[in-house]
Amino acid sequence: MTTLTVNGTEYPLDLADPRVTLLDALRDRLDLTGTKKGCDQGACGACTVLSDGRRVLACLTLAAQCDGREITTIEGLESHPMQDAFVRHDAFQCGYCTSGQIMSAVALLGENRAGTDADIREYMSGNLCRCGAYSNIVAAVREVARHA
Amino acid sequence: MREFRYERPTTVAEAIRAVAHDPEADFLAGGTTEVDLMKDGVLHPDLLVDITRLPLRGVRRNGTMLQVGALTTMEELAADHTLAERAPFVVEALLRGASVQLRNMATIGGNLLQRTRCRYFRDPAVPACNKREPGSGCEAVNSVARMHAILGASPACIALHASDLAVPLVALDAVVHIESEEGERLVPLTQFYLMPGETPDRENVLRHGELITAIDIPLPPEGTRSLYLKIRDRASYEFALTSAAVAVIMDGAVIKDARVAMGGIGTIPWRGFEAEEVLREAPATPETFRSAADGTIRDPFLVPGTAFKVELAKRTLIRALTEVTS
Ligand SMILES: Cc1cc2nc3c(=O)[nH]c(=O)nc-3n(C[C@H](O)[C@H](O)[C@H](O)COP(=O)(O)OP(=O)(O)OC[C@H]3O[C@@H](n4cnc5c(N)ncnc54)[C@H](O)[C@@H]3O)c2cc1C
Ligand code: SF4
Ligand code: FES
Ligand code: FES
Repeated sequence: MTTLTVNGTEYPLDLADPRVTLLDALRDRLDLTGTKKGCDQGACGACTVLSDGRRVLACLTLAAQCDGREITTIEGLESHPMQDAFVRHDAFQCGYCTSGQIMSAVALLGENRAGTDADIREYMSGNLCRCGAYSNIVAAVREVARHA
Repeated sequence: MREFRYERPTTVAEAIRAVAHDPEADFLAGGTTEVDLMKDGVLHPDLLVDITRLPLRGVRRNGTMLQVGALTTMEELAADHTLAERAPFVVEALLRGASVQLRNMATIGGNLLQRTRCRYFRDPAVPACNKREPGSGCEAVNSVARMHAILGASPACIALHASDLAVPLVALDAVVHIESEEGERLVPLTQFYLMPGETPDRENVLRHGELITAIDIPLPPEGTRSLYLKIRDRASYEFALTSAAVAVIMDGAVIKDARVAMGGIGTIPWRGFEAEEVLREAPATPETFRSAADGTIRDPFLVPGTAFKVELAKRTLIRALTEVTS
């Protein structure tokens, strides 16, 4: 048994078959479906979660690699100002990329890299939005960064 | 994905032994190449030996050198102050690669060993790929190519080495520490990669079971100016079409010494020895830069889709040299 710590809760996980990615473990085994599967190949950022506070891609991380790590998903944010800003700035259309965008944006604040719009664009570039809500996403991040 | 076993040894010796004694085993670092290609069905190890928790992480100053543990992540190395001060083009190359998420996972050792982005290599439904299936032919040479190499290529393979980081590192003569059951050996990065020739499946001098433990980055002399210029199809989060890593020591308007390497054009990260020859003790003028560029892009191997890279690469180098010397 491997133990996965997600949002402060410990979950025992049977990884006799270690092919399970962190993304599939979260969604299919722990029923934490807030983390989305877009490309499943490391290209879109929809599966972004925090591992020991750093943003990573759950689709290219094996669940087996995560024991002893603190994983944070969108379910673990307790009404973070970023969520509120996304709503107020209408920073999404279909919403599929949104939990990844928010996890990435929360990490960005911690990295101190949201100084200018150009920086926000650059350091959020790993999160694609097929609906093209980019300008509103930048506006939401900018607002939270300014008040942080 | 084919079934595999997962192990996470706690010592370097155990990790090496585990891979060395199983011909189908692979090391697993950040997984951003390995797991990706396993999902594609290109790689199918029967054993993954997770090395991410081995004590091979961190950056140490050692005189005029930085020794970087192989498991240091790209983001960790990019945050190193000495590197930012003495060789900023390495930091630029790191931060212009992939995304923050990927750079938090990807390791320096893994970055140097990343596999080509040639889409035929990455798609097992394509029968012809000498790199994936030796002797099967090369789809890229015969159909559509674009993100491919023009230097060091052969009719058997025109796959690009896509690492950004490796470009300034070959310019600086970085050295790779390699450990195996036989002991340690040191290989200069300029001699680490192999051009495809008739055997594109052999990409570097590593033998099965050999582990990269560290990379030595010699720091250029104080006062060196450096720059990494990356030209790509979109502003961020994209591989290079062409790139240039340049470092110069100036004396007024004269270039005393120069180091040059290019990415996006070679089957291996391309050191510009000819350009360095042209630049040394030469005035920083457009004519000097043009002849440095002409000296670097010589006898390219072209297919219709890659012909544009000849002039683009030259202009990339000229622009990088213009900016770094002004
Ligand atoms: C969407 C996307 C975009 C990207 N964009 C860029 C870009 O713009 N620029 C760029 O440079 N790169 C880019 N990359 C590539 C990325 O940088 C590499 O995948 C990464 O650096 C590999 O490191 P890793 O630790 O994840 O290696 P892994 O995937 O764990 O390993 C890679 C290979 O090296 C072997 N290996 C790893 N470490 C060692 C070691 N210490 N000793 C011996 N063998 C070892 C593994 O067995 C495996 O075969 C991108 C990747 C993706 C998925
Ligand atoms: S260029 Fe190399 S990797 Fe691409 S199809 Fe040809 S042989 Fe395969
Ligand atoms: S689902 Fe992980 S990056 Fe797209
Ligand atoms: S809101 Fe639809 S993908 Fe971003």
